[in-house]
Amino acid sequence: MEGQNNTLMQNMVKADNQNKPERADSMDNKGILEVQGLSAWYGKTLAVKNISMNIKAQTITAIIGPSGCGKSTFIRCLNRMHEVSHGGRTEGCIMLDGKDLYARDADPVNIRRRIGMVFQKPTSFPTMSVFDNVAAGLRLTRFFSRRWELEEVVESSLRRAALWDEVKDKLHQSGASLSGGQQQRLCIARAIAVEPEIILLDEPCSALDPSSTLKIEDLMRNLVAQYTIVIVTHNMQQAARVSDMACFFLADQDRSGILIEYGKTSQLFTNPKDKRTEDYITGRFG
Amino acid sequence: MEMRTTFHKRLREIQFEIMVMGSMCSKAIVRSIEALKNRNQELAHQIIADDQKINDKRFEIEEKCVELIATQQPMASDLRIITAILNITTELERIGDYAVGIARIVIYIGDEPPLKPLIDIPRMADLTVDMLSRSMDAFINRDIEAAKKIVNEDDLVDNLYDQVFRELLTIMAEDPKTITRATRLMWTAHNLERAADRVTNICERVVFIVTGKMEEIGASKY
Repeated sequence: MEGQNNTLMQNMVKADNQNKPERADSMDNKGILEVQGLSAWYGKTLAVKNISMNIKAQTITAIIGPSGCGKSTFIRCLNRMHEVSHGGRTEGCIMLDGKDLYARDADPVNIRRRIGMVFQKPTSFPTMSVFDNVAAGLRLTRFFSRRWELEEVVESSLRRAALWDEVKDKLHQSGASLSGGQQQRLCIARAIAVEPEIILLDEPCSALDPSSTLKIEDLMRNLVAQYTIVIVTHNMQQAARVSDMACFFLADQDRSGILIEYGKTSQLFTNPKDKRTEDYITGRFG
Repeated sequence: MEMRTTFHKRLREIQFEIMVMGSMCSKAIVRSIEALKNRNQELAHQIIADDQKINDKRFEIEEKCVELIATQQPMASDLRIITAILNITTELERIGDYAVGIARIVIYIGDEPPLKPLIDIPRMADLTVDMLSRSMDAFINRDIEAAKKIVNEDDLVDNLYDQVFRELLTIMAEDPKTITRATRLMWTAHNLERAADRVTNICERVVFIVTGKMEEIGASKY
């Protein structure tokens, strides 16, 4: 029986090899974010190597890959957050609507308004009320001559983040009084309040329970009608459930993250082109 | 490094179950023709009773597949293997039913005198059983070339079916008293032709496992 098992495994590998690995990308599709030859360093360590891909507008793009493959570094490059890290440096360019985010005259603050980010742990401001948490970014970027104008934007942001009904009676309580799932949606409300074009989510559900996770996933599907969403996730089922496009990152022999495969989620999870993607998503390594 | 050892072990076990089921179906077809050739009523009844084991095996495999999908969330080639198994198990179950069909004909024939010596029908059965057994090898070896070759061989079974059909028509035209007996043999040949078609469906699933493409490789003329 053991011998048969070995033969079977060899045959499985042989069959997998017939799916010729090839460099997958969608360069022929015009995307809202065009990443060209992007590399990112921490000091002398090259964390992400020569990534080129187009992220399509009004789609959810999921980035999957094992720990240390540069997923989070890559996503942080997309809104110039990487350069804030110690020793953070990038090469290559990222075009948003045809303009390079890394051009000399590009304003990082403005870029971060246009490309919002939500992190792994809910980062609500504990000393601020629910209302002020959402209004915080707004007050920095827009001038409101009347209070009701601000209130209107806060309410609409909380509604779009599917949180309004749960917090409308406690807008002036501390943001920290909310549950983890609610705080994460509060962060999403804060991100969308400033009307970004793109929302980056870095492991947004890893600290949440299954029901809060499903709420965030539903929310993403609703938001994608208006925004472009890029999500980094360790949870492959989540990537398969929510995303339209998916890409697989892997660390190469130099431990630098490279893009292995980029394609439609339905294709990547049922018939990946690259054997390394296949092996990762079927749990043959990781 | 293999990360999902338990899952892949269970997936391999299900594939061995398919091999077992394939062999049960081959045996059922072989025995049905043996019963026909020897007018063996007892064997015919036994084939009908044994079909329950094939049906049970089908549900057992399906249940295991559904459980793996629900608990393990298979992806990529693993998912394709499981969906292919769900189809293959249905095809095999139907092949078992064709053997039952032939066994019932043996019971209807009873001890009627033979209409003619049986030559082409056993040849059809031999070809079908050989195709079935090689389709199981192609499945376990993920051999798409072998799978495609088997599909093409279905033409041989179809041609024999044509031949049997024409021959029996002639016999019936010459002597209408033979119509009942000739029709029974026609139905036997029809069951074998259908069984060979089911084998080609299994081969298409083998191609799907390897390439991810769902395609009809060779359309049977029936």
